[in-house]
Amino acid sequence: MRIIQYREAVAEAMSEEMRRDENVYLMGEEVAEYNGAYKASKGMLDEFGPKRVLDTPIAELGFAGIAVGSAMNGLRPIVEFMTWNFSLVAIDQIISNAAKMRQMSGGQFTIPIVFRGPTASAGQLGATHSQAFESWYANCPGLKVVVPSTPYDLKGLLKSAIRDDDPVLIMESEQMYGDKGEVPEEEYLIPIGVADIKRPGTDVTIVSFGKIIKVALAAAEQLAEEGISCEVIDLRTVRPIDYDTVIESVKKTNRLVCVEEAWPLGSISTEIAYMVQKRAFDYLDAPVRRLTTADTPAAYAPTLMEAFLPSVDQVKSVVREVAYQNA
Amino acid sequence: MAKKKLTKEVYLKWYEDMLFWRKFEDMTSALYIQQKIRGFLHLYNGQEALLAGALLAMEPGDKMITAYRNHVQPIGLGVDPRKIMAELMGKVTGTSRGKGGSMHMFSKEHHFYGGHGIVGGQIPLGAGLAFADKYEGRNNVTLTYMGDGAVRQGSLHETFNLAMLWNLPVVFVVENNGYAMGTSLKRTANHEEIWKLGLGYEMPCMPVDGMDPAKVYDAMHEAMERARSGGGPTFLEMRTYRYKGHSMSDAQHYRTKDEVAEFQKQDPILIARSVLESKKWAKESDFEEIDARVKALVQECVAFGENSPYPEAHELWQDIYVQENYPFIKE
Ligand SMILES: Cc1ncc(C[n+]2csc(CCOP(=O)(O)OP(=O)(O)O)c2C)c(N)n1
Ligand SMILES: [Mg+2]
Repeated sequence: MRIIQYREAVAEAMSEEMRRDENVYLMGEEVAEYNGAYKASKGMLDEFGPKRVLDTPIAELGFAGIAVGSAMNGLRPIVEFMTWNFSLVAIDQIISNAAKMRQMSGGQFTIPIVFRGPTASAGQLGATHSQAFESWYANCPGLKVVVPSTPYDLKGLLKSAIRDDDPVLIMESEQMYGDKGEVPEEEYLIPIGVADIKRPGTDVTIVSFGKIIKVALAAAEQLAEEGISCEVIDLRTVRPIDYDTVIESVKKTNRLVCVEEAWPLGSISTEIAYMVQKRAFDYLDAPVRRLTTADTPAAYAPTLMEAFLPSVDQVKSVVREVAYQNA
Repeated sequence: MAKKKLTKEVYLKWYEDMLFWRKFEDMTSALYIQQKIRGFLHLYNGQEALLAGALLAMEPGDKMITAYRNHVQPIGLGVDPRKIMAELMGKVTGTSRGKGGSMHMFSKEHHFYGGHGIVGGQIPLGAGLAFADKYEGRNNVTLTYMGDGAVRQGSLHETFNLAMLWNLPVVFVVENNGYAMGTSLKRTANHEEIWKLGLGYEMPCMPVDGMDPAKVYDAMHEAMERARSGGGPTFLEMRTYRYKGHSMSDAQHYRTKDEVAEFQKQDPILIARSVLESKKWAKESDFEEIDARVKALVQECVAFGENSPYPEAHELWQDIYVQENYPFIKE
């Protein structure tokens, strides 16, 4: 199959949907003339022109709100945040307006909007530029939150998001834009809200999503050599969550470890643990465990960043613990 | 405060300071290529006059706050440059113990209030510093810097209104270097006169040649005196230029080499040098001595940074809460 970069998958998904529907347009900082801060909208200004690919000033609150208003009046905006860290300037428009408009108007207004951009850490950028807000946004009814970890998933899910009549947030990663993966030439869609088993296994279930799933997959690979077979589930969507796929897996493995790049309190992992103990309590042979970032802001120094993020070794040791395979 | 005379000493200091800042930044860029500095790195090259002129106008206790293009301001205010280099290298001897990095320099001791990575985030903070000075009856002024990109944030407009409403002792200074990343000023608004944004708030405002430290000083002195004597905020649009890319990975397709060269002709360091030469305040051997001092100090900074250790992992949980035994979730 054809191999493309994650950033190319982003541009392809948006371009295909813009060809399909005149009402879809893209706006954000540096998306047009600069081809995207991370080149994820390369060539789009050339193809669609400045009416449909708009560079904005640094004014997240304003342009996010303008996009929501335009969606109330029939358009289907794609709003790029240079990173989700900067969405905080605009969060009122996402939470109070985009997420609530349909309900408050008794179903009169739909908000078919996509907010997208990279999330979480990207090397040594310090506290303000290394934050993951998946669980914050997933907490809010009215939104859908998608965190694709491969070019294939990204393309299929982003296309679904653009066609979706509800507000959808897509969270990418600066550190994944260069990732390559198989993406067919033919059109395909991936439904929002369906998890994917990235690695089948029998002994321990690992649930993860986004960039950090690579840590889980690397740990699973190494644990296989020790004779521990991990099933790695990529949630892909964190609102709604595909609980069934997780529960099915846990019923088979009887053990669960969640790996997430986010602060622990109120994380997605916490929610998964709750639902698993409720629906599969009798199947559990060990406490559910989670590996998140440290319960601290990220910090710049390499030593501190290493201490902040979940590591392959940590995943391995927690998996060994729940499998009672401690040396 | 009376206006200061632009003496030989002033120009010699300007020249040496600005040259040091330039060479310091050049060194950080070399260290970045060697991967000893990571993350983003935004250099001040070309904009030095904005700092040199301001420092002369500042009185003890006056404050400064800016965005992420912030390595040399604390040095100008008196922070040991070795500590800034150490911070850039993520070392525990740095100003934030290696926690802040390039975008987050701070020095409470020297009244430098950061170092802020979120565009526009520091604008209300600057007014807040001024609010506290006024509240406490201190006769001090806060210089609140921002980029031309930042003036499009709502935070500027809300803060302008409040600063006028409460007559705060603050000077808002736009470092208009023509670009916000790859976006030229003219693509961000229907007019290019940023200073006019003050008019709607009836805030005294004007454009200033930001390449010449003497002109910067004049404008700063006037604005700061107004604030100090109870006259409230001023908005200054300093017209300057950034010689380097936005951060380290910027192909700069949005501008021409000629444009950069045009501005380099009005380089603030050259301006200071030509004053020193034309007034016969310095001769070739003086410049050579300054050069040698600057180079040696840059080398000292590098050596200090290189020889310092990284913070240990347990530091990650320190400096977050004042409460000593805060119960972090640890598993
Ligand atoms: C709220 C927010 N949005 C976007 C960014 C990304 N960003 C960092 S610097 C920058 C350009 C700012 O330009 P300007 O204010 O002119 O300052 P300069 O870099 O020229 O000094 C952008 C868009 C950010 N840090 N914060
Ligand atoms: Mg600028």
